[in-house]
Amino acid sequence: MAELKAIPLSQPYRFMDRRQFLTLSPARNARNSKAVARTATGLTPYTGAWGIQQLIHLLKRTTFGATPDNINALKGLGMQQVVDILLTAQADPTPPVNNYGSDSTGVAPGASWVRAAQGDEMLERKRIDSYKAWWVGQMLNQQASIHEKMVLFWHNHFVTETTMVNDSRFIYQYNLTLRHYAMGNFKALTKAVTLDPCMLVYLNGYLNSKGAADENYARELHELFTVGKGPDSHYTEDDVRATARVLTGFRVDRTAIVSTFNTTQHDITNKQFSGFYGNKVISGQTGPDGAAEVDSLLDIIFAQPEVAKFICRKLYRFFVYYDIDQATEANVILPLADIFRSSGYDIKVTLNALFTSEHFFDPLNMACLIKSPVDFCIGMCREFGVTFPTDYTTQYQRWGDLHNAMAVMLQNLGDPPLVAGWEAYYQEPAYHELWINTATLPRRNQLSDGMITAGYKNVKIDPLAFADKLSNPGDPVALVNDSLDILYRVGVSDNVKTFLKDTILLAGQSTNGYWTSAWNTYKSNPGDAANTKEVTNHLQALYKYIMNLSEYQLS
Amino acid sequence: MKRRDFLKYTAPAAILPTIINGFSIKAFGSSPMLAALSGAAADNDHVLVMIQLTGGNDGLNMVIPLDIYGKYQSARTNIAIPEGKVLRLDNYLKSGLHPAMKGVQQLYNEGKASIIQSVGYPSPNFSHFRATDIWLTGSDSNEILTSGWGGRYLDTKYPGPQDSYPNADNPDPLAIQIGSIVSPAFQGADASRGMAITSATDFYNLIDGVMDPVPNTKAGKELEYIRMIAKQTNSYEKAIKAAASKVTSQGPYPANNNLADQLKIVARLVAGGLKTRMYMVSTGGFDTHASQTESGDTTTGGHAKLLGGVSDAIKAFMDDLKGLKASRRVVGMTFSEFGRRIKSNFSMGTDHGAAAPMIVFGDYVNQGVLGNSPAIPDNTSVADNVPMQYDFRSVYASILEQWFCVDQTDLNKILQKDYQRLPLISGVACGVITGLPDLNTDDKKLIINSPNPFTSATTITYITGNGNTMIQIFDTMGRLVSVPVNKIHTPGTYTFTFDAEYLPNGVYYARFQNGAVQQVRPMLKVK
Repeated sequence: MAELKAIPLSQPYRFMDRRQFLTLSPARNARNSKAVARTATGLTPYTGAWGIQQLIHLLKRTTFGATPDNINALKGLGMQQVVDILLTAQADPTPPVNNYGSDSTGVAPGASWVRAAQGDEMLERKRIDSYKAWWVGQMLNQQASIHEKMVLFWHNHFVTETTMVNDSRFIYQYNLTLRHYAMGNFKALTKAVTLDPCMLVYLNGYLNSKGAADENYARELHELFTVGKGPDSHYTEDDVRATARVLTGFRVDRTAIVSTFNTTQHDITNKQFSGFYGNKVISGQTGPDGAAEVDSLLDIIFAQPEVAKFICRKLYRFFVYYDIDQATEANVILPLADIFRSSGYDIKVTLNALFTSEHFFDPLNMACLIKSPVDFCIGMCREFGVTFPTDYTTQYQRWGDLHNAMAVMLQNLGDPPLVAGWEAYYQEPAYHELWINTATLPRRNQLSDGMITAGYKNVKIDPLAFADKLSNPGDPVALVNDSLDILYRVGVSDNVKTFLKDTILLAGQSTNGYWTSAWNTYKSNPGDAANTKEVTNHLQALYKYIMNLSEYQLS
Repeated sequence: MKRRDFLKYTAPAAILPTIINGFSIKAFGSSPMLAALSGAAADNDHVLVMIQLTGGNDGLNMVIPLDIYGKYQSARTNIAIPEGKVLRLDNYLKSGLHPAMKGVQQLYNEGKASIIQSVGYPSPNFSHFRATDIWLTGSDSNEILTSGWGGRYLDTKYPGPQDSYPNADNPDPLAIQIGSIVSPAFQGADASRGMAITSATDFYNLIDGVMDPVPNTKAGKELEYIRMIAKQTNSYEKAIKAAASKVTSQGPYPANNNLADQLKIVARLVAGGLKTRMYMVSTGGFDTHASQTESGDTTTGGHAKLLGGVSDAIKAFMDDLKGLKASRRVVGMTFSEFGRRIKSNFSMGTDHGAAAPMIVFGDYVNQGVLGNSPAIPDNTSVADNVPMQYDFRSVYASILEQWFCVDQTDLNKILQKDYQRLPLISGVACGVITGLPDLNTDDKKLIINSPNPFTSATTITYITGNGNTMIQIFDTMGRLVSVPVNKIHTPGTYTFTFDAEYLPNGVYYARFQNGAVQQVRPMLKVK
């Protein structure tokens, strides 16, 4: 079958991060590029079996990991009921607090700094660390909703970098903007981001003035945020310049923490767009009306069908798989883009169509997503029900430690490497495989090894608590099966299951009853320290082994 | 060791081979030994191979008492090995080996194996998991240790954090476990000091660069990619491949023998020059609650297959090492989490027990049977256990001292106590020649009690030499009742009263230990 040529997303950003270049395996190119089985399933609503496997697939893709609690709560419901729950927007979180102590602007420890005066550079860095830790906390504590993952999706789409913005209040405000629109209307989101003070600072919009417009944001608005650079996307340099002029005059107010519009800096001349945008003209407005030109601009851009196609491809690569072949483009992307457009860019409607489709539940599309570092770290903590301290000082410390763990695995929340986002979502042909290299894979193993044994910076997996949530932890066969159902998406052979049970869990014993009796002793007498340690050791060995196998990297 | 030191030490020790209590004292002065030593000891590349017999090996049917054969036979009429079938040991009449263990018999008779009778520990645990943990960590029965005894040795020998290894001086894994996850035995204070080779297939895939098959799906494609990276991140991959590639042909190994498959890998890595100090291999199925022998012929059946498999594998391993000129670097030992009950059950099997024999083998191992045949009561009850004669940590201590040349300070650190040292390995291995003590105590009753049987108290008399003397009292479950004596005496005869008024009736064992000498005295309390 002929393959559609992979679509170059953004040529200027295709250079590779130096670290990755050094650690990329030369052998990866030598790999047999044998044909992988392909599927022609499309957006037709899924009517096949709806069981625990489908539920876990859905949960793993839409939330960070599939927790035993969520599985148990949702397994009695139908597919549409579960998707409805997952597509329920969540309320605003409690804002981040001063966990860093002394604050020259007067924010007391434990109080929120998000509306405080801007601090000096040192203080801002501390607040940004607080923000990053807080964000990790939001992810760890997410409900059974896609909301938190959509915030991450939009962060990767509408990128800002804290190291370039350097204003913690703007940075937090931007996070809230993503949250408010994450599952709403994409056009409204685009407008909100365009006027968001954080974005205005990040891409110089706040300096954009009549006479010599700054094209930075204007270019990304087309190239990265809306129509993209797909094969049918033909916006012109004149369109970029016209857009820049439309967006002149926006400023930021660091006291009120809002964006403003300076009528005197707005270009009031007419803006002509190319044939790609229907040769539309935005007539220049004076006074406060100049700010409304942005609405006309978005009307023009969103009339172009490329917008929906570009965003749907991006959603697909984030939630399903990175390779979009001809059949997928025809059977999934185009019909999904039609739904997106005809719904007036309703994100929820579009996600609903994807997550209830035949294609999404096609066995060939399961287990093939390489976990991002965030998915790996947050998913591990959530699936195992890792508990974090409740006093904010230690809590932020631990959340921050986890953030640093993800950062060394190449995903630094708040600081994607470039305005194009993380390479894994656009860099062909490797895409998600870029998350895994000879430097990052050992880090993943070190984290899981640490968490399941002595603890990673005082954060530990309690394997007893996890096992206790399974259907029949006293039966080693059920224990291994139930654990694998949650922790792996790749089916493993009976040989591997037997190996895990006999060699790892039972440590070479062949009688299942030995485990049963040890587990039952633990349940009836957890104070029996020697027995509890044995049970813990054996579970630790089992879960350590499971997390060390390559299968654990797939979702 | 320096050659000069060796000569200095060996001069007075150059004696003719003699046999004392089954122990042959080798002619240290003979020239082939001299020639071997300058190479073997100089680079101090000794290797210990631990063979774990998982499930609890029935020691009484592995090392069969011939001096008290009648008691043995009547305790386990349905599974006893016929006296005439027991394999005999050179110069030793009191016990012999299971008929399936011709390989080990041959190693013994060549002077390359030692048998240590009734190895256990006070107050044994009868749970597989817990007992295994005790053996691997070297803890007391009521103590929980988080590090393994091998890991503590490696911590001492190779200090510094785990992530500083491998390094230029130590490019090779410090310990390797084959057949499972990294054993708790190799757990150091902070991190595991070992690496695991999951299976023989895994090993050959590693050195041949073969990848496990993956399905022809998107998931399969990604899995293959991640596995490839995983292989490249194994920091020891190169060292292992390099060592393996130096050995292009090996001796024959028995087919369909999982332990042999594992030992074959060990031989290849040792001979290939890998500097790994400790290897752990394991084989299971020893939990023989039922049908451990055929009813018609008790020399056949499940347990015979297991012991035959172990014996064949060890013999093939040692032969292979000899052919590869690496046998002098290796000492091996078998162990199991516990032995089994003295009395067999009606299902032609045996239930979880206590002490059991260990086999230590290698070119430098002192031939001999340490200890006596287990004390078997005239009328065994189902609860009767083999009382311990040697603490398993004595075996560890002896190997660490005599094979890895660990000094007293480190020894105490690794094992937490100063355990009795047994003459397991020739003094030439570490260049410390100590004359073998006179272990021929058969004719001397070093510990007796009177009256026996007794009703409430009995007087224990013991004859002790120099050094520390310890007397432990165990009940028939192996539980440590008391330690009435544990001090340094002037050589002589001493007595004390053992008051058992508040103890239940039954058999008690008084274990006497002085230096390398030990004796166990059964005492019977009656109404």
